[in-house]
Amino acid sequence: MDFNDTPEEAAFRSEVRAWLEANAERKEPNDVAGVDLGERVDAETLAAAKAWQKKKADAGWACITWPKEFGGRGATAIQSVIFGQEESKFRTPPNIFGIGHGMCAPTVMAHGTPEQQQRWIPKLLTGEEIWCQLFSEPSAGSDLAGLRTSAVKDGDEWVVNGQKIWTTGAQFSDWGILVVRTDPNAAKHAGLSYFVVDMHSPGIEVKPIIQINGGTGFNEVFFDNVRIPDANRLSEVGNGWAVAITTLMNERASIGSGGGGRAGISDLLHLARETEIDGRPAIEDPAVRQKLADFYVRSRALQHTGTRTVSALSQGKTPGPEASLGKLVGGVLIQDIAAYAIELQGTAGALDDNEYTPDEGAWQERYLGIPGLRIAGGTDEVLRNIIAERVLGLPPEARADKGIAFKDIPTGPPS
Amino acid sequence: MNFDFSEDQKLLQHTAKEFLTEHSPLSVCRSVLESDEPYSQSLWKGAAQLGWLGTAIPESYGGAGFGHLELAVIAEEVGRALAPIPFSSSVYCASEAIARLGTDEQKQRELVRLASGDAIGTVALTEKPGQNGPRAVEARFEGGRITGTKLPVPDGTAADLAVVPAQGAAGVSLYLVSLAGDGVTRESIRSLDPARPMARVTFDGAPAELLGPDGGGIDAIESILDRAAVLMAFEQLGGATRAFEMTREFTMQRYAFGRPVASFQAIKHRLADLWCEIELARSNCYWGAWALSNEAPELGEAACLARIQASRAFDLTGVEMVQLYGGVGYTWEYDCHLFYRRAKASAVVLGSPASWREKLITRLEAKNAA
Repeated sequence: MDFNDTPEEAAFRSEVRAWLEANAERKEPNDVAGVDLGERVDAETLAAAKAWQKKKADAGWACITWPKEFGGRGATAIQSVIFGQEESKFRTPPNIFGIGHGMCAPTVMAHGTPEQQQRWIPKLLTGEEIWCQLFSEPSAGSDLAGLRTSAVKDGDEWVVNGQKIWTTGAQFSDWGILVVRTDPNAAKHAGLSYFVVDMHSPGIEVKPIIQINGGTGFNEVFFDNVRIPDANRLSEVGNGWAVAITTLMNERASIGSGGGGRAGISDLLHLARETEIDGRPAIEDPAVRQKLADFYVRSRALQHTGTRTVSALSQGKTPGPEASLGKLVGGVLIQDIAAYAIELQGTAGALDDNEYTPDEGAWQERYLGIPGLRIAGGTDEVLRNIIAERVLGLPPEARADKGIAFKDIPTGPPS
Repeated sequence: MNFDFSEDQKLLQHTAKEFLTEHSPLSVCRSVLESDEPYSQSLWKGAAQLGWLGTAIPESYGGAGFGHLELAVIAEEVGRALAPIPFSSSVYCASEAIARLGTDEQKQRELVRLASGDAIGTVALTEKPGQNGPRAVEARFEGGRITGTKLPVPDGTAADLAVVPAQGAAGVSLYLVSLAGDGVTRESIRSLDPARPMARVTFDGAPAELLGPDGGGIDAIESILDRAAVLMAFEQLGGATRAFEMTREFTMQRYAFGRPVASFQAIKHRLADLWCEIELARSNCYWGAWALSNEAPELGEAACLARIQASRAFDLTGVEMVQLYGGVGYTWEYDCHLFYRRAKASAVVLGSPASWREKLITRLEAKNAA
């Protein structure tokens, strides 16, 4: 039971800190519990993010867990955690490379040819090129393999028609990883293939989606006879699902390293001191105190669970599907805390402005932002299935679409 | 960093688990539950011989000289086995109280025999139903003697000595009382979990000796409760984990509509949620163990976190276990009710979850004001 760094970890941390001190500005400490799903990035932020990434790349601090052959340091997972911990204490532009670095690059490293890797990975590392993920479709979210965007071979190109959705950053991306159906006569998973698409190709149209909180970080991406060279295909035709699994495993890993913020509990305690019940601070009310305690216990339990994950990394272990716990429990907790905070505000909970709403409407903002987290990157329901099947070893779901040609799978009620 | 037990501690836990698997299968818990025996004497002797009772007691007082991390992993196994022995009363409560508060003479006299198992200790913290806190003490200490009634006293009939709060000249203080001595009447009370028996103890001029600072009883009680809460939380964690494993196995074996009950999504999701609650409890327990073993200033907060979440996890698991076993879960014959009873009793024996939630907020406010 020792929270201290090992000597090696401490040495690494000093090295990281020294470089950051010399190259960035320290933040003021505060409790950041915000959920920033899909906020639209403006041109200035984009430029700043690229500049910071280039700076890190030039100094050998970009994508440190990547193998050295790809420009990384071959750093361990715990070193990556340490770097993240230290970097978060400095004022740096938002990380817009999460998808490119966390999902796309590992997929290209695992399944790309040497030529493909040479072509794409260096510019991913430096941030010169930005990538997006074109997986989900209006008819295929949790059931991703049910996707319908098609690719038909024409000479040494593929012609793609269809639509993707929830594509973060599509509006400024240079490349996208794309899963398409190349054989509708095969069973669902067997007829998929995987490509890298140039987002500047003719026929691609990007339209922002407006979220319930007014944010526009996500997009729909329409493909109208978009031509992709066969040279941009990763792995064999029909092997797309296996490649997609690589991508998804990396997505889980990056989301699951959470346990970060405290779901807003500190802010809630503060609010309970500031708002009143019958003329006394709400925090003096016994019912409020019970509720606050429950939220606090849960929020700290999540934090400690995150610490156990980091500890496992430090011991050289690979955390597995247990990471689903952080997102599953955390998402609900953030929402419940925001909901409770709004209720503490009484009738003013129905406001959402900067002047009259307690905490400048931060709770209302959080309440409107959080449902996305319970759906994106694995819905609560899918995470429960993952825990049930992969952690607890319970039987898989009965499937109604196994062994049937994709084109014969029902997609709606009978007419 | 290592937010986990060491390899040695895990080995100790493994040894404890093996011993209890052999000597404390659920049938042993059941036999105490179904009989008038207050505990399994052979199991108590076995635990004593292994040195468990003195795990965190210094060698100079007859203990093994290990620490609270070792005691925590043993506690988890004791909880997993639902071991029907006065381990919590004697080790987490009485021994801890005397080790922390006793004079050297008191420690020599009491800790040695508590560590060897020759004596069983307990604490008698409450006097009546309700959530009245440590200040609700009507028992009086005068002229070296205690008069009053305590209810319920865990392991009250089996114990040889008790740590008892009473109003002395300087206010509420703690006293050591021999339960086999004059002026003590003990009445066994039927308990919700008969494997963990309860008593009503009446003192009528029973000889008693001050333990700890005179008038310092309130703080002393809080300290005893915090330490016991962390260790009890590990028992609750062990019990919840065992109940969960049994439930998982049962639902995998039980078929309905042509497939395992565990294959129905509603059941899968309930088990997934239950697993999360137990993992969250484990995390808070670990922080509690760290705080206890380091005598950290965070112990007050850590004890609340461990107790509240462990109680929630074990309680929920006890309820879900009966439900997910279906009809047989509701029979005396199946072991579900052993966990159902233990979970609920554990959730209140050191004070209800509501009282610990209140304690947590009070402590956070004090920390914030500091």
